[in-house]
Amino acid sequence: MTKHRLFWPAAVLLALLLANVAFNHDFFAIRVKEGHLYGSLIDILQFGAPLVLVALGMSLVIATRGIDLSVGSTVAISGALACEHIATSASPAALSTVLEAVGISLVVALVLGLINGLLVARLDVQPIIATLMLMVAGRGVAQLITDGQILTVSSAPYKLIGGGYWLTIPFAVILAAVLVALTGLLTRRTALGLLIESVGGNPTASRLVGIRATGLLTLVYVFSALCAAVAGLMISSNVSSADGNNAGLWIELDAILAVVIGGGALTGGRFSLGGTVLGALIIQTLTTSVYSMGIPPETTLVFKALVVIAVCLVQSSAFRAKVNLRRPSSRPPLNPGRARNVEKHEVGA
Amino acid sequence: MSTLTDTFRRNGASIPLLVTAALLVIMFAAGSVQYEGFFSGQVLVNLLIDNAFLLVVAIGMTFVILTGGIDLSVGAMLALSTMVAAWLVEQHNWPPLLVIPLVLLIGTASGTLMGWIIHTFEIQPFIVTLAGMFLARGLCYTISTESISITDPTFVSIAQTRLSLPGGLFISPSVIIALLVLLAAFIVLHRTRLGRNVYALGGNEQSALLMGLPVARTKIAVYAISGFCSALGGVLLTFYMLSGYGLHAVGLELDAIAATVIGGTLLTGGSGFVLGTALGVMVLGLIQTVISFQGTLSSWWTRIVIGGLLLVFILLQRLSTGRRRA
Repeated sequence: MTKHRLFWPAAVLLALLLANVAFNHDFFAIRVKEGHLYGSLIDILQFGAPLVLVALGMSLVIATRGIDLSVGSTVAISGALACEHIATSASPAALSTVLEAVGISLVVALVLGLINGLLVARLDVQPIIATLMLMVAGRGVAQLITDGQILTVSSAPYKLIGGGYWLTIPFAVILAAVLVALTGLLTRRTALGLLIESVGGNPTASRLVGIRATGLLTLVYVFSALCAAVAGLMISSNVSSADGNNAGLWIELDAILAVVIGGGALTGGRFSLGGTVLGALIIQTLTTSVYSMGIPPETTLVFKALVVIAVCLVQSSAFRAKVNLRRPSSRPPLNPGRARNVEKHEVGA
Repeated sequence: MSTLTDTFRRNGASIPLLVTAALLVIMFAAGSVQYEGFFSGQVLVNLLIDNAFLLVVAIGMTFVILTGGIDLSVGAMLALSTMVAAWLVEQHNWPPLLVIPLVLLIGTASGTLMGWIIHTFEIQPFIVTLAGMFLARGLCYTISTESISITDPTFVSIAQTRLSLPGGLFISPSVIIALLVLLAAFIVLHRTRLGRNVYALGGNEQSALLMGLPVARTKIAVYAISGFCSALGGVLLTFYMLSGYGLHAVGLELDAIAATVIGGTLLTGGSGFVLGTALGVMVLGLIQTVISFQGTLSSWWTRIVIGGLLLVFILLQRLSTGRRRA
């Protein structure tokens, strides 16, 4: 069972959740209040939904041996565009206004993704650098849209996206689940996922067998930008405002972390949507637990750093080879010890 | 043959550098025509005073990028240095003469550790330094979530010292430190064995290894240099801001990378000039100066312009290296 690639992410998530019970006995309790589901688990799902989406796009980008640093800026831009449109329209509460706002955000995200994709696929610019430019400029653009202010909107249909409920379940969770399921169907029930992995795993070989990398690369960057835009809509809708400076700040790092924890290799060539979702939930649970355990929230960054280092060391074949040299019989290599160490840090502090 | 290709390469890479120099002159000329009081030596000198810490950090970044790596931890490391300095000096009353070397040591040690992890475990520099960035920012907040202001007389007197130059200009001690670092970096890169190794490693790691160059030592050394430069940048920032804060220099890594790229260093490594980086820092500073002189443009235009410039320069790099390949 430990051989299954989702075993360790799932075990870490479960352990984190159990650790929370030690501090808060009602942690698993889910109540129905005013026709809505309430509880810590629901909170984790609802606040984790944007991260799940951003990580979803990121996992495909990383599978092609790329990286998308611009998602945080895209989150800010899409939230800003939608709020700006709703705030300046005559009837902010009308469904049509909200649909227009969503449409504008998605179209702009499509363009931003195309720019990233063309830079990487056509001009052969390193992905870190290509997306770095939008990361730098994007926050400026978002502030330009909101005029440097925090834009507040009051619109019931818009509030639904990130803060509303549908059939007692938070709408954001449903939206994220549907998008994850659709992506899963598209990549795993067709050859698309295989092609993406092949471009990342061995670009030369996949070119020789006739796979057109340009289109695939452009596609994953566009997809990543669209996911980030939906996440941006959720985040701004949840707080009914757009903050060009802080919306989606450092979400790119969390998303990369989620993908890596979920078993995606930064060297490309493989991705696991299930792992990515688990990874994103682990990060959200970590954030929530830090709050609920009364640890200063600022130290979350230290934990995240330790998690990144641990996960990367486990993934590094050089590291495994070195450890195996010393302990030839160790099986499975280091995974259990590492995961437990991470746990100890989190519970101990 | 090797000198021929070498010269060719350097020429290929110097196109962006010439563009940068031209851009600097044009921007300064345009500013002087447009705004009253812009055309003065002090405006140029102020660029150095305001950006001394960025210059030092960008020099460290140049070493790393020349080897084909990247260091995302510089901004966080700089913030951690300001925090540790302020914390030890203010709340534990340590003498500044002890604190400053200690801070530099911490920076160098963290850089060395990251370089060692990158080399030994073959993990991408991007992700290791990202973890370093998280760790350093997190450690800042574990010291204090508030800004700690520095009232120590030594720090205050260095911060207030102004050295006169001929022509009624004045500079701060930080400028001299930054220029000394620039000079040292220039000598190391172009006149020492370590410098040759850095260029060789960035040109082709495999070849460098086969030639028997100390790849491991060089790789660890550039991250150590970058760590040292970030810590020194932190010390310079404490002279400039007189405070330690975990939110100092958020996004500085992007500015440092931008300055390096605009200065003509190839992101793939192996080609570039540290003097170009200094020009790149001046260009970034000048953008800010123009925007503050303009008055009506908001500060976020700085980010947009820097992003745009980065795009132009990367396309230039593509064109010049593409021609070389063909």
